[in-house]
Amino acid sequence: MTIEELKKKSEVLADLIKVRRLVREQAEKLAPVTGYRKQVLVCGGTGCTSSHSLKVIEQLEKSFEELGISDVLIVKTGCFGLCALGPIMIVYPEGAFYPHMTPEHAKTVAERHLVKGGDIVKELLYEGTVHEDGSIIPFAEIPFYKHQMRIALRNCGVIAAESIDEAIAAGDYMALAKVLSSMSGDDVIEELKASGLRGRGGAGFPTGIKWATSKAAPGDEKYVVCNADEGDPGAFMDRSVLEGDPHCVLEAMTIAGYCVGAHTGFIYVRAEYPIAVERLEIAIRQAREYGLLGKNILGSGFDFDIEIRLGAGAFVCGEETALMKSIEGFRGEPRPRPPFSATSGVFGKPTVLNNVETWANVAPILLYGSKWFASIGTEKSKGTKVFAVGGKIHNVGLVEVPMGTTLRTIIYDIGGGIPGNKAFKAAQTGGPSGGCIPAKYIDTPMDFDSLKAIGSMMGSGGLIVMDEDTCMVDIAKFYLEFTADESCGKCNPCRIGTKRLLEILTRITEGKGRPEDIRRIRDLAEYMQSSSLCALGQSAPNPILSTMNHFLDEYEAHINEKRCPAGVCKSLLNYYILTDKCRGCTLCARNCPVQAISGSVKSPHIIDTTKCIKCGQCIAHCKFGAIIKK
Amino acid sequence: MAQFTFEGTEEQERQLKEFIAEEKGEKGCLMPIMHKANQIYGYLPAEVQTMIADELDIPLAEVYGVATFYSQFSLKPKGKHRISVCLGTACYVKGADKVLDAVEKELRISCGELTPDRKFSLDSCRCVGACGLAPVMIVDDEVYGRLTEKEVKAVLDKYIKE
Repeated sequence: MTIEELKKKSEVLADLIKVRRLVREQAEKLAPVTGYRKQVLVCGGTGCTSSHSLKVIEQLEKSFEELGISDVLIVKTGCFGLCALGPIMIVYPEGAFYPHMTPEHAKTVAERHLVKGGDIVKELLYEGTVHEDGSIIPFAEIPFYKHQMRIALRNCGVIAAESIDEAIAAGDYMALAKVLSSMSGDDVIEELKASGLRGRGGAGFPTGIKWATSKAAPGDEKYVVCNADEGDPGAFMDRSVLEGDPHCVLEAMTIAGYCVGAHTGFIYVRAEYPIAVERLEIAIRQAREYGLLGKNILGSGFDFDIEIRLGAGAFVCGEETALMKSIEGFRGEPRPRPPFSATSGVFGKPTVLNNVETWANVAPILLYGSKWFASIGTEKSKGTKVFAVGGKIHNVGLVEVPMGTTLRTIIYDIGGGIPGNKAFKAAQTGGPSGGCIPAKYIDTPMDFDSLKAIGSMMGSGGLIVMDEDTCMVDIAKFYLEFTADESCGKCNPCRIGTKRLLEILTRITEGKGRPEDIRRIRDLAEYMQSSSLCALGQSAPNPILSTMNHFLDEYEAHINEKRCPAGVCKSLLNYYILTDKCRGCTLCARNCPVQAISGSVKSPHIIDTTKCIKCGQCIAHCKFGAIIKK
Repeated sequence: MAQFTFEGTEEQERQLKEFIAEEKGEKGCLMPIMHKANQIYGYLPAEVQTMIADELDIPLAEVYGVATFYSQFSLKPKGKHRISVCLGTACYVKGADKVLDAVEKELRISCGELTPDRKFSLDSCRCVGACGLAPVMIVDDEVYGRLTEKEVKAVLDKYIKE
């Protein structure tokens, strides 16, 4: 296809996509032109399909047949972001937001809303979108979406995830057309440098400089790689981009290939993401059919193609040198740098390697200009960042905000706060390589440098919220279990260091901590940071160091008083009977296997903590909630 | 854990060898071949690794090295139903460890093991990306979300009774 043909193609479905982006009144005017009275968008991302959104689509199709509805379009999209409410369905032009859909609800909506002359089924709408007087708030205006700015996720939840025509209508491949027709490789790189885009995978290295180094590196064979090995447990933005808008990644990789002179790209994606892999396969096939991958792309004479390589479940493969080893078919063990991948990457050739979210930012920068992009965010962190917000928070999901947005805005305004009126204790960013942000820093702007300054890191954007019931020593242990398990074993500081740190932490959580343990942890952490081969080992102590810096009192309580303040560490808990609640029914005493409970009938009982084996039988049998662990 | 004998068929061997013949010579072909073998056999016992090494004319040690490096490759067979409890951070802070305990107790096996009747295998995984449903457990391809330890038995019973 030529550039002219691409532009024509983009106009065919342009109105259809516009209806989904406009406010209600304008959308309603435009809808009749599209040939579809209404459009029903159902999330087909991993989160919503896990709660059976595909059955919702099946039911809609069935109902449409029964009701003779033929002018309503069903669209299976990528993630809408508000995963906590899944499966989500949105009806345009009204922008009606239906959460927690079931096939039964879908039937109701089809019968009452989607039929000709139907109206919104208010009782099934998300309560946050209905005013007290019954009027409806457009969902883009609810707090969860209002504070967001979507650049990387611009098409996620807007277009049909498996349709290249909708992707093109939504603007995909326009930047490629612009680059191939009017820009040199150097122009593109200058534009990226001026935009201030930094890598979204964790390290925050300037993307433009990376590309320039690869371009300048000698060699006639070069590669482009997309790192989609999203290993941080709790981060799922890369998966959502691949599931919701795979073409934006293919487009950006092709642009990089054109800039540096590469003709082959690899997407290294986790095998644990079957839907993302499938959508990528479909997208690559479609792009080849349209001539957007392959020989002579858009008539420019430039050739580029992309292959998928599956990861096989190794966290360290997110590290670039390990990832490239894995692509080459070996154990994914990292190697010392330099040489950097930009000059010696896959098969020893110069390689441009970026993370999915970084790729997703490339096309908008080239289309709307570096000035526009650089106007968003903070002085040194430009643009937006996607956070995967999870843990103890109402609105679990994906959030894209301008860099520099405060943690408070993300947790309370967008995230809806913490369930059960519990107090916010800390948020963990950067996963197993990152650190925690305690409550006192809740007004910290979320950008690369501010997070580093308080001992955490941006990482890939996982953000786990913890409340007062979370034990920080236990969380540090959890991350250490992870890194000890995932350490590849190549270098000693990481292999032995993670193991020893885990042993010390386990000891502390079991009430066998020693006063000198705190100093030991600090020493060991320092050795690991300075002498591990790759970022996995260098950053593995971060979760302990940061929890120790901010919550030293919890460590001390575990070590010195053999007490877990949050009531999590099993070995440190004791069982107590609340005298005001105990009725003296004797049920607990009769069921205690070690006769640790004494007391006479109809008067409060008491547990002898020296005899108690903490089996929990008493709590299971108490009918009055009179027994607690603390 | 009990020892299980290799039960590969000729058809499986033919499929794998065909795939190897297609891929052989491609740069970095070992990983795609191992994925294929894992898909065909469900696991990668010594017999299958030897087959790959022989066909590619590389040392068995190299194949074994790759097979043991990645958690998706297992040297032990998997059950008829594969259970995986997510221990990603979002699931962990919502009590995934208690769910795993309950499954272990119910099936009387530890994480990473197979029941003697080969009906269930139990593993933990790191984040399937369904954090909105935390904590989650996956049986085959079915995802069970917002689980509590008390609900585990009911989920497993469905498979035990079939």
